Amino acid sequence: MAFVRAYFRSPPAVIGLFLLLCVIAMAVSAGWFFPRDPLALAGRPLVWPFANPRFPLGTDNSGRDIAAQIFYGARISLLIGGVATVIAVIIGIVIGAVSGYYGGWVDNVLMRITEAFQTLPNFLLLLVLVAVFGSNITTVIIAIGIVSWPAPARLTRAEFLSLRNREFVQAGRTLGLKDMKLIFGEILPNALPPVIVYASVVMAVSILLESALAFLRLSDPNVASWGNLIGLGRDVLRVQWYVSAIPGIAILVTVLAVSLVGQGLNDALNPRLKGR
Amino acid sequence: MTDASPAVLTLDALSVRLPAGADRPHAMKDVSLAISSNEILCVVGESGSGKSMTANAIMRLLPGGVEIDGGKVLFDGRDLTQLTEAEMRDVRGAGIAMIFQEPMTALNPLRTIGDQIGEMFAIHTKLKGAAITERVLSLLEEVRIPDPKLAARAYPHELSGGQRQRAMIAMALALDPKVLIADEPTTALDVTTQAQILALIRDLQARKGTAVLFITHDFGVVAEIADRVAVMQHGLVVEQGPAAQILDDPQHPYTKQLIAAVPPLKAPPPRPLSGETILAVEHVSKTFRTGGFLGRGVRVTHAVKDVTLSLPKGGTIGIVGESGSGKSTLARCIVRLIDPDTGVINLNGRDLAKLSREEMRRATRHIQMVFQDPFASLNPRRKAGELVAQGPIVHGMDRAEALAKAKELFSLVGLDPAATDRYPHEFSGGQRQRIGLARALALQPEVLVADEAVSALDVSVQAQVLRLLAELRQRLGLSIVFITHDLRVAAQVCDLVAVMKNGEVVEAGPIGKVFGDPQHPYTQALLASIPGREFGVKREAVSV
Repeated sequence: MAFVRAYFRSPPAVIGLFLLLCVIAMAVSAGWFFPRDPLALAGRPLVWPFANPRFPLGTDNSGRDIAAQIFYGARISLLIGGVATVIAVIIGIVIGAVSGYYGGWVDNVLMRITEAFQTLPNFLLLLVLVAVFGSNITTVIIAIGIVSWPAPARLTRAEFLSLRNREFVQAGRTLGLKDMKLIFGEILPNALPPVIVYASVVMAVSILLESALAFLRLSDPNVASWGNLIGLGRDVLRVQWYVSAIPGIAILVTVLAVSLVGQGLNDALNPRLKGR
Repeated sequence: MTDASPAVLTLDALSVRLPAGADRPHAMKDVSLAISSNEILCVVGESGSGKSMTANAIMRLLPGGVEIDGGKVLFDGRDLTQLTEAEMRDVRGAGIAMIFQEPMTALNPLRTIGDQIGEMFAIHTKLKGAAITERVLSLLEEVRIPDPKLAARAYPHELSGGQRQRAMIAMALALDPKVLIADEPTTALDVTTQAQILALIRDLQARKGTAVLFITHDFGVVAEIADRVAVMQHGLVVEQGPAAQILDDPQHPYTKQLIAAVPPLKAPPPRPLSGETILAVEHVSKTFRTGGFLGRGVRVTHAVKDVTLSLPKGGTIGIVGESGSGKSTLARCIVRLIDPDTGVINLNGRDLAKLSREEMRRATRHIQMVFQDPFASLNPRRKAGELVAQGPIVHGMDRAEALAKAKELFSLVGLDPAATDRYPHEFSGGQRQRIGLARALALQPEVLVADEAVSALDVSVQAQVLRLLAELRQRLGLSIVFITHDLRVAAQVCDLVAVMKNGEVVEAGPIGKVFGDPQHPYTQALLASIPGREFGVKREAVSV
């Protein structure tokens, strides 16, 4: 409970949490407000926002309701952010933990692989994966997860390196605990806080990566995502700029919310760093 | 001793307030002390007594949120609590200098020793280049660093711990301060180095007439160096007076309790030992290799060299030595946390060194370890009861049964069985060490390896844990390998002792014989270096 109190003491963290809850509320309520398919034609194309009460945020170049796409897009963005982050963090934790705990040649091999991934610009790698495996939403999410694991892996490894020689780990070994139990039962819970905080960065980057893919029209065209809408708006950017700007603001708010929550978690988990 | 000389530094009812939410409202309350030139005043107390806060309050180097909220610090006719930050900077270093516990962290690792000492002159005086170099060399000579010219050019990591502390003292004395505050300056040092540094401080103080405020937790050090003593408890000075009076005839119950807790150096009469050997270590060696590529530039450390020991059933063998002597490596070899290169570790007729990792995992129930650091040795994210139950669960006991057993063990080691639901940070240092002991005992081992198990504890808590250990040894028939750097502690608990130096056992035998009539020059040097040696012996004579 001390943790919750520490979290709510910081105004930016509270604002971030509020914004994130708004985005989640949009995702949850999309079906109630917009029972129709968001990708179905709804009216005349390129209606400006506030011009027609049926379309509070206007329509895009093919006459689809932008407000509906924003609400449904929240689902996709959160899905991508959430699932891709889980994939990246799990791969990262397993590789980082094994690498940091065993050290020696295991560490050398795993870290060289990690570096190979890190030296490739991750957006290029993502483009290759999508080009090879196709661009339905599942593939895109898995591909984003696969390009994002090196940073959590390095972070986990660094924590393990400092924790593995601590006396409580040695005590566990003298009790006869098996390696897997030591790694995941004893060391990992102590190594987790910075990794959880870093997960918020991974989540924000995942959402941006999908938007960038969609902007290049390489994401799944059959789902209503914010990135797709920005990509569509590209054609009419100079006159009907709102088609790209509205989903752009949605992405900005979501990424900001996730970062603020991450920063808030960091401050709450490391109370000693505050006040500096 | 020097009552006639006027006080240089006077603390008049000084109080320091702690931020809200701390364990007590004041770090120190109404502390009044007076230090005259040409005397050493020792401030003694256990951790949390406010003794270090006293030094920081005088220097006005208090952490954020901690403030002086009453009283005066009179120095040179001025009240230091009223000075501006700029005026205070002139007092620090030039008027009152300070030395710290850990010289490695107090020195800048990227600059040479000579450079850092020279900075004192550059900041506070108008001296220039060559003159500064000359003064630095004469200072280093004064603190008797071997080869001052070389030391001035060295970086902190190139010097030994003792030499670093000498360099710190040289820096502190650079501007001939009237008062020197020494905050546990020898605690991080080995006993032989400690003896040299104490002698140096005593000698410099006598030659220069500096007033020294010496903060320590160790009554041996007090007996060695103090002219006057002030005893602190919970932020209050409970007793002060001339050293001889406090040490021989303490009045306050807390002082009496502290002095009684200092283990005397003389071993109690030997206990009868069983003829049966439970643990035999034969010709064990361990070498560490670091760095190097394809065999070039490899640094080889012989951590343990051909060590042979035997522990009779129900007995306690002490392994004593200074840091780097290989005693901890040996302990870790015995429980196979480190795999020895060669040798036999024979536990009850089975050679542990030959076991596979899986076999060793099962054999751990026969031999258990207690660790040094009560804060680092317990996983902060597990409840105390779980920590104790963990071992039996791993070795196949039912979870509920193991947790019930943990409660029994809690009462065995003198903890409240209801406390099994709490997390380690909710316990004090001594209580945590009891949890560590309960965890080791949960597997009902025949041999317990205690690695500096009481070294991190305050002296009164240390005495309690040692008493507990002796009682458990009697009740459970435990055999103990007791690793320590503290010869006083070894004298109290061990039947046999092995003295280690540079990875080798230089002398071993029954403790009364080794400590009473040491044969090896190193053992003799170790025993001679114990601070307040006479104090211990005298007290023994009184109590017998």
